[in-house]
Amino acid sequence: MSMPYYVAPEQVMKDRAEYAQKGIARGRSLVATVYADGVLIVAENPSRSLHKISEIYDRIAFAGVGKYNEYDQLRVAGVRHADTKGFAFSREDVDARSLANVYAQYLGNVFTHEMKPLEVEILVAELGADGRSNQLYHVAYEGTITDEDRFAVLGGDAQTISERVGTDWRSDRSLADALGRAVGALAGPERTLGSGDLEVAVLSRSNGRRTFRRVTDDELASLLGGDGDGSGPTAEAPSTGTAASQTTDSGATDAGAAEGP
Amino acid sequence: MSLPLFPPTDDPGPDFAGLLRRAGVPTIIPTNPDATTAIRHATTVVALRFADGVVMAGDRRATEGHAIAHRAMEKVFPADRYSAVAIAGAAGFAVEMVRLFQVQLEHYEKVEGVTLSLEGKANQLAQMVRQHLPLAMQGLAVVPLFAGYDLRREIGRIFTYDVTGGHYEEADFQATGSGGRDARTTIKLGYRDGLSRPDAVELAVNALYEAADEDSATGGPDLVRGIYPLVAVVTADGYEQVDEAEVAERFAAIIDRRRRSPA
Repeated sequence: MSMPYYVAPEQVMKDRAEYAQKGIARGRSLVATVYADGVLIVAENPSRSLHKISEIYDRIAFAGVGKYNEYDQLRVAGVRHADTKGFAFSREDVDARSLANVYAQYLGNVFTHEMKPLEVEILVAELGADGRSNQLYHVAYEGTITDEDRFAVLGGDAQTISERVGTDWRSDRSLADALGRAVGALAGPERTLGSGDLEVAVLSRSNGRRTFRRVTDDELASLLGGDGDGSGPTAEAPSTGTAASQTTDSGATDAGAAEGP
Repeated sequence: MSLPLFPPTDDPGPDFAGLLRRAGVPTIIPTNPDATTAIRHATTVVALRFADGVVMAGDRRATEGHAIAHRAMEKVFPADRYSAVAIAGAAGFAVEMVRLFQVQLEHYEKVEGVTLSLEGKANQLAQMVRQHLPLAMQGLAVVPLFAGYDLRREIGRIFTYDVTGGHYEEADFQATGSGGRDARTTIKLGYRDGLSRPDAVELAVNALYEAADEDSATGGPDLVRGIYPLVAVVTADGYEQVDEAEVAERFAAIIDRRRRSPA
């Protein structure tokens, strides 16, 4: 009978952590910060359709870095968790804290019990209702959960980017200003990032019930291109069919419609 | 609650009702068929197309047998940003169905990252009505009316349903509920292609007035309590409820006309 090689548990954990960290460090980073009107999330992501940032619920957003298929599975589970809870109880009863906790438990569980840890770091951001503060829950690959109420940085280069974001952070910046600073922090001194390299979304108080909104294309370009001061959010929600409806009902045969009384 | 994760081969996808079944959340509770008379019923709802989209309106009365159960019930709801759903039938089930429908549309949008087409939304609702068929056979029918703005075709569209889940697209207008016949006739007489928004709202309000005039289960404008039928408009700008003051004004004008020449 052969005995398996003994490996110290410390070593096992260390190897797993290293493996997960390497996987996460391969991807680009992400910054979430509180600004005057809510929460701004900026990710370096050249893809227009494979999102790192998504809507979970009325006041909750999700962001992930690392392996796409792994955090996307977590995103969908989060939407399901929130929608089920909101349907069974009330929309007000859905909160980011409980969602961040189940994420943390799942990630922790996978880290200790499965062959391979998840190579992801995720963020659950919540826009505070009725004057309560905004919350940013940062959940790491091994299930460690930290909560921030100012800003959070996810990804391989988090330490350096955090220092850049933290130097002159203020909660009352306009969208353009906060965005400019977040992009600057992501890019660092040597690079510049254009609107094509970025995925940007906000949880904004001026957005009605569903506070999540993607900042895309023209709006993003103009926010980045502006002087970065004052202007704040200008454009309305990006609607797909903006052209006013001039089309008349061509083919409709108005059967049964008599001409006047 | 645990994290709802499923293996890829057994994933419910963006189907929210399927997810609820898996999670064990009851959606439609079976009832005793003898209780039919004590079930609240909702009544007349109308929808009609106009130049920029659709108008939808519903009265506010809910009845239990011959008694009035509720005077300010809402029967017209936004289904999502570009569509509206109105209900007639057993109120408890109908409201629950609308709630499930609303969450389903939003759930699909969030999971898939795109919104359903208007046709897709109408189909979803048909499936919900069909699932309700066993209860409909016991006298607890729910018959919704669905209307929305089709962003791809850039027109307003109206869909009606029967208890078996059959859904049919209407050319221009439709009304359901106990006063639906009277409401439909009123719209039929006043309808033209390419109505303006004020004219379409006026016609919908007129239809509800006539329905309430003829049908005991349809509530008219309640001047004493200040409760007026709900009117909503769906256009390229989305769902919007018509201001109650505007609706009140239109009813006041109708009443004034009637006072001078009662039918």
